Amino acid sequence: MNTDLLVRLILLLPLAGAVFNGILPLFLKGMRKNEWMLGGIGTAVVAVPFVLALLLFMQGFDEAYVASYYTWMAAGDLSVSFAYRVDHLSLIMTLIVTGVGALIHLYSIGYMHGDRSFWKFFSYLNLFIFMMLNLVLADNLLVLFLGWEGVGLCSYLLIGFWYEDLKNSAAANKAFIVNRVGDFAFLMAMFILFKELGSLDFDALMAGTAQMSAGTINWVVLLLFIGATGKSAQIPLFIWLPDAMAGPTPVSALIHAATMVTSGLYLLARLSPLVLASPVIMGVIAVVGALTAIMAATIAITQNDIKRVLAYSTVSQLGYMFMAAGVGAFFVAIFHVFTHAFFKACLFLGSGSVIHGMHEVEHELHEKGHDAHLDPQDMRTMGGLRKYMPKTSWTYFFATLAIAGIPGMSGFFSKDEILFKAFEYGYDGHFYAWFVWIIGLVTALLTAFYMMRSYMLTFEGKERWPMAPEVKPRESPWTITVPLIVLAFFSIFAGFLGLPKLAETIGLGSWIHGYLAGHDGHTGPVAEAAIEGHVGVGLEIFLIVLGMAIAVVGVVWTRGFYRKHDLAGDERVQKRFGKLYGWWQGKYFWDEFYDKTVVRPVIGGAEKALAPFDQKIVDGLVNALARAMTGTSGLLRRLQTGVVQNYAMAIVLGVVVIIALMLFG
Amino acid sequence: MGIPYLISIVIFLPLLGAVATMLARSDNTVRYAALITTTVTFLLSLLLWIDFDVATAAELQLRDGPFLLISETLDVKYDVGIDGLSLLLVLLTTLLGPIVVLSSWTYIGKHVKAYYTLLLILQTGMTGVFCAFDMLLFYIFFELTLIPMYFLIGIWGGEDRIYAAVKFVIFTLVGSLLMLVALLYLGFAAGDAVNNGVFTTDYFKLLEFNVPLGTQSWLFILFAFAFAIKVPMFPLHTWLPDAHVQAPTGGSVILAGVLLKMGTYGLVRFCLPFFPNAAYEYAVLFAVLAVIGIVYGALVSRAQPDAKKLVAYSSVSHLGFVVLGIFAFTIESMQGAMIQMINHGLSTGALFLIVGMLYERRHTRLMGDFGGIARTVPVLTFFMVLTALASAGLPGLNGFVGEFLILVGAFSSDTVGMPLLIALATTGVILAAVYLLWMLYRTFFGPITNAENREMADLNLREVVVLTPLAVLMVIMGVMPQPFLALSEPATTKLLATINTKRITALEDAERAEPATAPLVIDDEEFTTEPFETAPGVFVRRSVSSSARETGLPGFTEKVYRGVPSPSMGEGQGEADPRPAQRMKAVFPPNPLPPGERGQTARLRLRPDRTPAALRPHASSSHP
Repeated sequence: MNTDLLVRLILLLPLAGAVFNGILPLFLKGMRKNEWMLGGIGTAVVAVPFVLALLLFMQGFDEAYVASYYTWMAAGDLSVSFAYRVDHLSLIMTLIVTGVGALIHLYSIGYMHGDRSFWKFFSYLNLFIFMMLNLVLADNLLVLFLGWEGVGLCSYLLIGFWYEDLKNSAAANKAFIVNRVGDFAFLMAMFILFKELGSLDFDALMAGTAQMSAGTINWVVLLLFIGATGKSAQIPLFIWLPDAMAGPTPVSALIHAATMVTSGLYLLARLSPLVLASPVIMGVIAVVGALTAIMAATIAITQNDIKRVLAYSTVSQLGYMFMAAGVGAFFVAIFHVFTHAFFKACLFLGSGSVIHGMHEVEHELHEKGHDAHLDPQDMRTMGGLRKYMPKTSWTYFFATLAIAGIPGMSGFFSKDEILFKAFEYGYDGHFYAWFVWIIGLVTALLTAFYMMRSYMLTFEGKERWPMAPEVKPRESPWTITVPLIVLAFFSIFAGFLGLPKLAETIGLGSWIHGYLAGHDGHTGPVAEAAIEGHVGVGLEIFLIVLGMAIAVVGVVWTRGFYRKHDLAGDERVQKRFGKLYGWWQGKYFWDEFYDKTVVRPVIGGAEKALAPFDQKIVDGLVNALARAMTGTSGLLRRLQTGVVQNYAMAIVLGVVVIIALMLFG
Repeated sequence: MGIPYLISIVIFLPLLGAVATMLARSDNTVRYAALITTTVTFLLSLLLWIDFDVATAAELQLRDGPFLLISETLDVKYDVGIDGLSLLLVLLTTLLGPIVVLSSWTYIGKHVKAYYTLLLILQTGMTGVFCAFDMLLFYIFFELTLIPMYFLIGIWGGEDRIYAAVKFVIFTLVGSLLMLVALLYLGFAAGDAVNNGVFTTDYFKLLEFNVPLGTQSWLFILFAFAFAIKVPMFPLHTWLPDAHVQAPTGGSVILAGVLLKMGTYGLVRFCLPFFPNAAYEYAVLFAVLAVIGIVYGALVSRAQPDAKKLVAYSSVSHLGFVVLGIFAFTIESMQGAMIQMINHGLSTGALFLIVGMLYERRHTRLMGDFGGIARTVPVLTFFMVLTALASAGLPGLNGFVGEFLILVGAFSSDTVGMPLLIALATTGVILAAVYLLWMLYRTFFGPITNAENREMADLNLREVVVLTPLAVLMVIMGVMPQPFLALSEPATTKLLATINTKRITALEDAERAEPATAPLVIDDEEFTTEPFETAPGVFVRRSVSSSARETGLPGFTEKVYRGVPSPSMGEGQGEADPRPAQRMKAVFPPNPLPPGERGQTARLRLRPDRTPAALRPHASSSHP
């Protein structure tokens, strides 16, 4: 099959699935009950594109191939086509999106079983995959933006999926609007690029980078980065992501961990030559990434809702990716996107499996006539689940080790590479990179701590739900556990695709580096910063050992700590950190800050000042003017009671008078 | 298919239908007569589209006329036709015809006959407005829409209908009477200048006539004032929320869908090409008011408890985009403005329809009275969410295309391309999400708190039929806007070229009138400069004659080149242009490249008043 057709199929199958699952059951109520058909088709339209993407992957594409379909909009100098770009970067993203996506679709068949809007859920998920594929395959900024806003829409629809609870709808609105703030910056960046270069195609942007002044490039990169902070949940726009956990758990795994939130990184990697041309903003990116990473990690320590821990963990890991981008190591950022997709999806789906189990506990309690209220997401009412949910527990455990960066696991390779690159960049004379590096190290320790804490509180220790041993949670069905096992497998082994530079000494290279950044004189789609001062082998070994030590010590110590103290461990931590802990628990009060400085002034201003202003002043002036012209108003008062014919006659007479004047005047 | 007088049939068939409805006996006959009339009119208007030649979309096509109306001494004609600027608006009008008839089917309970009769008369007026190529004819159609709308609001409206109707009429009348004064003046002046002293309202003759600079300003103000009220632009918008809230659903749909477009259409069709210099001069003012409208309309919209009022204020915001696009004077933004007019008609029309459907069920429009109804009316919710997203400018739906083209064009505009201003306008994208999602949140989501909402019936077949064409068009125009954009692009390109040429000519004329700048006879060239870049890709070599140097009078010859600069730029590399610098014409050539290859060409946005002072021999003398 030729590439044009393959790309078309990859894109259109999920769209067809979305239409089929969304429109037909909307009108044909009978279809809604047929879960296996809806879920099966929903999963197939993502799994087949994964296979097709594999076909493309095997064809190589050392040179980018552009499949252009038709002109979307053209006016004046602007011409934008539905054009898609197949190259190493887009292929790897397509594989992640469809591969992890298909697993999560499969998982959802079990997870969403019995939901009255099962059909809608699969429609939204399919639509999301379609939009995400537009985002990663686009050959110009505008089609990318279509995907960019499209995934935002799906995120909105899915966060507010259980709309009967107004809280969920509020979270959905918050997500969409905060993302739109980022999109605003993205739009402005496009305006500047179009004004400067007259095109939004990636090739033209890359070729035109040299034509633009440094100031312009700084503006463009800064605006794009602000756009990225919206989608990829960085300071200052990360606030929507933790609330987004209101959506069903598969959504959290697919959209709010594995794929959509990485699109900001993807954007920077796609435009990496442009970003590299702006060293100042690169510094901003790295520092913002580092601050976000440590901020979110400290918050994660204090959370009790298992999904919120994972949400803040996602924000923190995204921070790592931005650190990598900010030190010019875009391929490492994408590598971390890749490994993170596996272990974070595995963790989220694992938490979903737990929540599923705890829901049944709650259900059973109710059936037995107990009025026990149970928050199925609160880790404080879990504990000891390993016995009851062994597969969930093991997969969660391995994913935890992976994210903590235990040697040999995928997270170790990608995170250590980020830290190494940061160090190397600092070594090269960009001293902010050392600041970033230190924060990265501290965050690594925090990561090991909060992830192990969540594992321990959930799966080990005492069983803390009401009537614990009598009412037992059960392991989830195979549609849930199979994806978990597959994801856990990759969480463990995916890291070997990106061996550290050290491996070159034994003749092994980093596959992902060669694939994305180019090898043997061939340039890949992702640029990287030129480094002059290379770190010696001895120092590199030291850095790797340091990273290993932090992860191992963090994990082992935390395990012992919570094994000893169980829930009381949190109190000890709180006592130890005092006021600081209050800030973490309060999430640094960002929401309150925005509420005071933006939301309330704008909305309150609109309601209390602008609307009355419009009524009283703008309209009032007009009415006063009208009243002043009593003659006119008197005339009109008579008109109100008038008859149609009279009025029409008046107009006709008027016209006649005018014409007469013109003729004889 | 060449049906003779097709355009006139499309305009007047509804009027004929109005006669039929007046004669009809039962209410149902009236309804069906109206439905058949509007549907046939719509189908006929599709023939217009088929017969329309896109290649010459800049020219007037399918013309009926000109037929002299009164006498030789008064050049007022019946002259109708369509070009790229009007075709889509005509189609929008005829499409909304049957939709409005159907949507009023059960909504209108009293005086059914009068309602549909007025509706049909209104349609004739609206279609005529977009087809008229004689200013007086335009004016008659323009006013013809006023009377039926007045009664639609005044008879079938809500509680404050009389207040709203009178306000609507006064506002519009004040504007249009001033416009009439300006029109009469223009007709006489143009008659003297280009029509052998015979008063004329012929569009093309008026277009030919270069209004003197001094007169342009106040004529422009009078015309633009009338249209700005109609749009409506801040701060002249206050009639709109009242009219919308009080009007019956059908009235609101027409008001938002078509009547407001008469304002923006008037600006594009008449104000800009008749008074180009004034339009340039006031461009920033209008752009600033438009941006205020975008932000202000959106914020006030968010503050409304009444869903219909919320949608009404959103129109102020959306039309702000259109006006911004018009005064940016770039092809991108002008095209964006054209398509945005249609988009707004579709999506805001649909929003009013849906709010009307809610009203019909619950007899309230207060969002607080609803809540959680997504559960009881899923199909209605589907259409509402889709429409709200289209209205909020989500890519892939129609609203985005217009807004993006307007903003991207305005950003690179010479007149209004101030980054901060455009940034402010772009915040409208955020604010649109704020108020539309707020409406969804309040109305459709959350638990059902009011028992009455539990019993609400979902859309019936008629209502689905009403909404489906709009929804389908929102999607099609979102992913495939090009066929629609292509209809107007030749016309907007030509319009902008005309504006520019006329503008430069007027400046020249003004200069010629001043003796100090009399052109010099140049006999020898003594000094020639290196090529200067006056605009990207446009280079000028300036020569000063020795006689000019002796007399001290400013005098230059200039040679204009396009392309890459080279020191040897000389004969044969570009066309030599021996005119003095201030007479250089800005060029707006139609882009010769196929759409796929555009963007590579140098931009030719040459404006003499932007050329460096060094190149202007007497910078202070000529420009107002």
